[in-house]
Amino acid sequence: MESALVLPEGNALLAQSSSPLWTALARALTLQDYNTRVVLAGTLILGLACGLLGVYMLLRRRALIGDAISHAALPGVVLAFLLSGDLGAEKSLGWLLLGASISGGIGGATVLALKQWAGVRDDAALGIVLSVFFGAGVALLKIAQHLPGANPAGLEGFIYGKASLITLADVRYIAWTTVVVLVVTVLFEKELRLLCFDAQLARCQGWPVGLLDGLLLAMVVVVTMVGLQAVGLILIIALLIVPAAAARFWTDRMGRMLWISAGLGGLACSIGTLLSASVEKVPSGAAIVLTACTFFGVSFAMGPKRGVVWRWWQRVKQRLAFDEQHFLRALFELLEASNTVPAHLHDLHHVAPIALPAVAAQRHWSAVRTRWLARRLEQRGLIVLQPGDEVRLTPRGMIAAARAVRNHRLLEIYLLDRAQAPVSDVDREADFLEHGLQPEHLAELSGEIATGDRPDIPPSPHELPARDEDN
Amino acid sequence: MSTSSSEATPANSSRPAALSVRDLTIAYHRKPVLWNVSLEVPRGALAGLIGPNGAGKSTLLKAVVDMVPRISGEIRILGRPYRAVRRQVAYVPQRESVDWDFPATVLDVVLMGTYGELGWFQRVRQEHRRRALEALRKMEIEHLAHRQISQLSGGQQQRTFLARALVQQADVYLMDEPFAAVDASTEAAIVRLLMELRSQGKTIIVVHHDLQTAAEYFDFVILLNLRLIAAGPTKEVFTRENLQKTYGGKLTLLDEIGEAMRRGEQGG
Ligand SMILES: Nc1ncnc2c1ncn2[C@@H]1O[C@H](COP(=O)(O)OP(=O)(O)OP(=O)(O)O)[C@@H](O)[C@H]1O
Ligand SMILES: [Mg+2]
Repeated sequence: MESALVLPEGNALLAQSSSPLWTALARALTLQDYNTRVVLAGTLILGLACGLLGVYMLLRRRALIGDAISHAALPGVVLAFLLSGDLGAEKSLGWLLLGASISGGIGGATVLALKQWAGVRDDAALGIVLSVFFGAGVALLKIAQHLPGANPAGLEGFIYGKASLITLADVRYIAWTTVVVLVVTVLFEKELRLLCFDAQLARCQGWPVGLLDGLLLAMVVVVTMVGLQAVGLILIIALLIVPAAAARFWTDRMGRMLWISAGLGGLACSIGTLLSASVEKVPSGAAIVLTACTFFGVSFAMGPKRGVVWRWWQRVKQRLAFDEQHFLRALFELLEASNTVPAHLHDLHHVAPIALPAVAAQRHWSAVRTRWLARRLEQRGLIVLQPGDEVRLTPRGMIAAARAVRNHRLLEIYLLDRAQAPVSDVDREADFLEHGLQPEHLAELSGEIATGDRPDIPPSPHELPARDEDN
Repeated sequence: MSTSSSEATPANSSRPAALSVRDLTIAYHRKPVLWNVSLEVPRGALAGLIGPNGAGKSTLLKAVVDMVPRISGEIRILGRPYRAVRRQVAYVPQRESVDWDFPATVLDVVLMGTYGELGWFQRVRQEHRRRALEALRKMEIEHLAHRQISQLSGGQQQRTFLARALVQQADVYLMDEPFAAVDASTEAAIVRLLMELRSQGKTIIVVHHDLQTAAEYFDFVILLNLRLIAAGPTKEVFTRENLQKTYGGKLTLLDEIGEAMRRGEQGG
């Protein structure tokens, strides 16, 4: 008896990939096989749908229910297989998916019911449903395997995923499902956002919260079922959660998160499919999920909103900017100390040189750090390095330095006057605060503080190291 | 849960009270947390809902907006059941009731207040956006409109929630502990808002914990501790005796309360 689930000759990618890895990869990448194209299309649009739905499940804090649903699908699949075998009917994918949907749906509903009516906690309810249904599924599978005449080999594909078995008909199922998910996402954007953020408010405003939750759940059931072939029931949950979780690292807006997650899901599925098509014996489910997890890792590190590496880099950049400002200010203050601040704009080309060690001493920096910063500032055209370990401010540098000093001193005066900060602290505090100054703060500061006879740059309100009075 | 609104109107008044609760009993898992509560809050009142932790204050507010099932009793808002007056009621839950890590901006959250007047598939329009910004201005957090909500302080979160309620342009406001863990300037801003709403003739019911300021802020007081202890104008109801009944048994506390009332009388 032939089962539709067993690979038909020549219709599978894996069957042919006895050639070395590279030829296989090249074949897959260039989409030479008709079958590769079909499988790729199927998994790509599946990834889109999973990415979108995953965002809702994640934000609604229902992420793991997909896991219960997919595991609960196993007994349904096997039962459908057994029944159709008994009836002698053809074991078509449709029957198996119907079985999967029914038992998966029952599993998901059981979780909610346990929570709602029996007062069982989320995690416990998930654990119970997942293990009971999956256990039953495994038991049934054993029975099916020992049944005479039955050939349940294809069933394994449902557990670990075998994307190569996807046919054009399956792609059509997946495509329709994805279209429905897309339409729902676009049409119910407002309602679903409200549901995810504040279901209480949604209920107060009279939205049918139960119905909306049901809609989400139904879509998860359907997507899980059509995804079983490609990813397998153990791993489909990863495809629901991982792209969404990764997308969160790239944006702070729900709308964008949806599309980023969809994109990552689609991409992970395509890359994973191609990988599993070129490397023998790697199940597509594993390849897809590993790709998605790689994306997650990259997002976790590099994502501009929460990524750790990104944030670290931002801090480094910020510190650098601070240091450069401090460097310029030190130069200005040293010029002040030697009474050589140019009084007029046309004097800007003849600024006195300053020794780097003096800068290092002023800021308590090491010689290496001072020189390194000097090079950076030179690259930006703010100073010139001169022989004899000296630097000279360029006209642009002079203006930047004057601005830095002015900001710093305005803040110091403000801190002394308004915040009653002790004199010993104002320099350090202003050192930090000046970098956060925005134009509107400056306007307020310079408006509030009478600046005496040098309206542009007020004198420092505290002693500078070796500072000469008056200029 | 009754049918027409006219039959529920109290016979003694042509204008129904802002909130009228009759024989309300509520239980969680069969443990009653509100017993036979009956009260009326007149229109235009700025009412404080006061009682110890676990007294059922939050539960009472939730019952008003039909969020908890009741065992018995009837609640009317402006003479009608909640279902019929949804858009005239704004409920401000406790801050902790939502996940502030959600990917949304302050403006997004405030705009959610307008979803109630929009139908299915309708998007927020410029007019709603304008109103949301106006509400943010009232709460003095206009500059935070585009800030991600996870970057807000507690006081700013509270202001965001209040702005979301403001934008609904309701007639009855129910606020659950808006003063919890906010600093003096936020508290002052909220009080200004309450006063302004009252001057517009709105009815506001506020869960409040600070007895020292209660007499000053509210012209109507509801004292609750599983049962209704008393409800009425502050002058008549906010007495040492009633507070003793509400917070019964805790003698050291009572001394503090007495002190607070003494000060409250001086202030008001
Ligand atoms: N969802 C719930 N399930 C079970 N019991 C609950 C639930 N919510 C509240 N309770 C119980 O109902 C009682 C009243 O709770 P409620 O939250 O109304 O008190 P509260 O007056 O608002 O207290 P607090 O001042 O601490 O906010 C408490 O004993 C509480 O334990
Ligand atoms: Mg409460």
